[in-house]
Amino acid sequence: MTDAVTFRAPRNQWWDVWDQFKTHRGALIGMVVFVLIVLFCFVGPLIWRVDPTAIPSGRELLRLRNQGFSLAHPFGTDNLGRDMFARMMKGGQVSLAVGIVGMILSILLGTLIGVVAGYFRRADGVLMRLTDLFLALPLLPILLVMSMLFRERLSALFGVEVGMFLMIVTAIALTSWMRTARVVRGDVLALKEREYVLAARSIGTPPRRLIVRHILPNVLSPVMVSATLMIATAIITESALSFLGMGFPPDFPTWGRLVADGVDYLQDYPSRSMVPGILISLTVLSVNYIGDGLRDALDPRIRGR
Amino acid sequence: MFTFTMRRLLLAIPTLLFIALVIFLLLELSPGDPMSDMPLTIPPEVRQQMRLALGLGEAWYIRFYKWLYLFSVVEPSHVLANMTGYDWLRVEGQRILSFQTRSPVADIIAQRLPQTLWVVGLSYLFGILVAVPIGIYSAYRQYSWFDQAGTFVSMVGFSLPTFFTGPLLILICSICVGWFPIISDTTLVVDSWANFLKQLRQMAMPVFVLTLYNAAQITRFMRASMLDNLTQDYVRTARAKGMTERIVVLVHVLRNSLIPVVTVIALGIPTIFTGAIITEQVFRVNGLGALLIGAIYGSDIPMVLTLSVVFAILIVLFNLIADILYAVLDPRIRYD
Repeated sequence: MTDAVTFRAPRNQWWDVWDQFKTHRGALIGMVVFVLIVLFCFVGPLIWRVDPTAIPSGRELLRLRNQGFSLAHPFGTDNLGRDMFARMMKGGQVSLAVGIVGMILSILLGTLIGVVAGYFRRADGVLMRLTDLFLALPLLPILLVMSMLFRERLSALFGVEVGMFLMIVTAIALTSWMRTARVVRGDVLALKEREYVLAARSIGTPPRRLIVRHILPNVLSPVMVSATLMIATAIITESALSFLGMGFPPDFPTWGRLVADGVDYLQDYPSRSMVPGILISLTVLSVNYIGDGLRDALDPRIRGR
Repeated sequence: MFTFTMRRLLLAIPTLLFIALVIFLLLELSPGDPMSDMPLTIPPEVRQQMRLALGLGEAWYIRFYKWLYLFSVVEPSHVLANMTGYDWLRVEGQRILSFQTRSPVADIIAQRLPQTLWVVGLSYLFGILVAVPIGIYSAYRQYSWFDQAGTFVSMVGFSLPTFFTGPLLILICSICVGWFPIISDTTLVVDSWANFLKQLRQMAMPVFVLTLYNAAQITRFMRASMLDNLTQDYVRTARAKGMTERIVVLVHVLRNSLIPVVTVIALGIPTIFTGAIITEQVFRVNGLGALLIGAIYGSDIPMVLTLSVVFAILIVLFNLIADILYAVLDPRIRYD
């Protein structure tokens, strides 16, 4: 009987995950699109060396503003003659940076609270009440109030752009950690009862090492899935804040800001709000597809089928 | 069940008190001054008296207590009196006044509520009506072209932010084709068929945008829940008994897979009131979201505080309703 078993070379489990991920066509396309957008925003400015904030002066201003698509300005120019192609890259840098940093902070906070609540029974009640409380907060109003609150103080401390960046990223993290915390807590509660954790504890592993060594690696997959989805949420939240005029200052381009600025010119120059809108939508769509593919790939029940 | 409901209702009170306190303190810290748009020529002592007249002179805990009293006793009495027509219900005295308009907050909310309910409520209803059949058929014919198209459309609808789909729709339907007005006329009174048609036309776009978003989310849940149930043993048993396919899917499977979907729908109802802030802004619908944004810009503290706490109450309430529904619909779940 045993002869029939074919022996495979031992293999890292991430290769299995990658194999499964590759079969999800949407996720693959999503990843390609996402990488292209990231390249466009971060490598693009090295090739397309036009200052996104440069306003032409004198008669040039009259000649260069509100231009349509052309070779000199692939996405045209805005009402102040600034090159929209360069602004799109700059705006994308900010939106993606907010998305990724916001996601990291939110995941760190959520995982920390989830692990502590799941592992230490004494903290569980308090932390879960806290989570319920945060889930009951009306988030968008709170975000708007927070941005109104700390705008000036942080601008004075770190400068307008860094100050707003810190504020938005913190606000996003503070209002979006709850789902991750709940998922992680549930998983930790189940893992805690496993034999290998008991074995590790019986040889005297202190709680901190037990968590870092044995529990965290096992909650990695749900955390990774919610991390990808969190990027999408963070980008949309930032864009929504900027759209409502509560985000970054007006002359500082982000995708949401560019959509909001373009809406006023929708009738005459529709491309000005449509292009950044399409970029936001493409990014969010690709990230959501990646998340879908990851969820399937990381689920061992589906893998290998 | 009854004790569970009672316990949760009692627990909701400290939660809501805490949320109200947090929002109050946040607003307390805010740099906006309701006196900032008064002329600078007003002498300081008059300015001080005006601040006192706005109720800003006292310590924060006294003001919080007073607001709490007005919010939980006086305002509900007026709302009740207006709804039932019994004037004796009114508690006389001070009411929560908006800094911007100097009229009671509850009255302004009552004025704006119908706009939001019509646009956002209708879109939620349409969303459910569209999503449930699509979800059922998608799951029943998994991996068919209908399923592929349905999942793709729901992924797109779920990913596109409303501040993009809104302008896109305006561009297509209002600017290029000219079917619908760009900005809704909020003073329109529906008293004739012509006006009713006008109302329908101006509601069409915001309702469509929100329907797309709501339907996308509910379809995903419906499909996943149907898929979970279609592989269960009881489905095979029902088929083995000789039930027709229609009865198996629409009676046996659907009833079970609606349980999580109903709770998701209940959880989403508070977003009818809060989630449409951006859509209302795009289409200039004069509803609660627009009211909140205007109040935040104008540092209208009583209005922001009252609206946010009303939203929080809705969220807590519908969380509770979702939990109760879950237990009522699924006999395996017992909280006692």
